[in-house]
Amino acid sequence: MEHEKGIDTPATPNKKRKLRNDLILIGGVLVIFVLIGLAIWLFRGEGDLVVVEVNGKTWGTYSLFVDRTVEIRTGEDEQELNLLIIKDGKAYVETATCPDGICAAHKPISRQGESIVCLPHKVVITVKRSDTNAPDIVV
Amino acid sequence: MKKGTQKLALLGLFTAIAMVLAYVEVLLPPLFSAVPGIKLGLPNIIIIFVLYRMGVKEAALVSLVRMVAVSLLFGNPMTFAYSLAGGALSLAAMALLRKLDFFSIIGVSVAGGVLHNVGQILLAMFVLRTAELGYYLIVLSITGTIAGIFIGLCGGLAVKRVKWG
Ligand SMILES: [Zn+2]
Repeated sequence: MEHEKGIDTPATPNKKRKLRNDLILIGGVLVIFVLIGLAIWLFRGEGDLVVVEVNGKTWGTYSLFVDRTVEIRTGEDEQELNLLIIKDGKAYVETATCPDGICAAHKPISRQGESIVCLPHKVVITVKRSDTNAPDIVV
Repeated sequence: MKKGTQKLALLGLFTAIAMVLAYVEVLLPPLFSAVPGIKLGLPNIIIIFVLYRMGVKEAALVSLVRMVAVSLLFGNPMTFAYSLAGGALSLAAMALLRKLDFFSIIGVSVAGGVLHNVGQILLAMFVLRTAELGYYLIVLSITGTIAGIFIGLCGGLAVKRVKWG
């Protein structure tokens, strides 16, 4: 087979060099875009909504800027409690009946995407922004 | 058959194949349903094939006609805008890398696949402002790379094997 520009036959010594370049390109592309993605994630802005999910389903949505106390009662007889407090644009769990107490120890959250998770009660509290949706990338 | 007429017929045929591949991709179950936008980019096999065998202008034409047609059939003006942003950036990068001749068709395809996603996300950043874009960028650059390797292998095979008069 005759050699055409841009098309490698297995015999071309060029091919090895190009494959090595391919690997460098692939590695470089991955590193660059993961870093850019991380930067966007780290410098994300403040949110305005507090979304409470229990067992993967939305349980309640509250404004981050209206101070309130929410009793998140879950479990068989609503015996499991996480006391969510929204105050001064931040949300935190004041007390909880879960065995580990990790959720109550979590620092207050206010930036979009930040969350407090209570694994024993299957409760996830996340800060979101009301004016944005997931991009609708279809074609 | 006259050379020009034959070329036009071939371009029409390739556009049709690219559209069928785009449709097949819509029918396939989503690879990872948690993240919208993840796809193999099957039509890119045709785009890369036309780029290597016919040229940049021809590849751009096939790509543009496909995007307009697919958006008219299955999408809306916004999906066309996303599609155009991704497609233009992707093809520009692939044409440039092919000309440089540093990389094999696999490297060219990976750059095209990743930049297709990046183009869409850059546009989304102007339209929406959300931290989830950072997460999308990370996920789509990784899946775009894997898809690009697959598309590059298929495209390379087609470039080597497919013959016409
Ligand atoms: Zn807890």
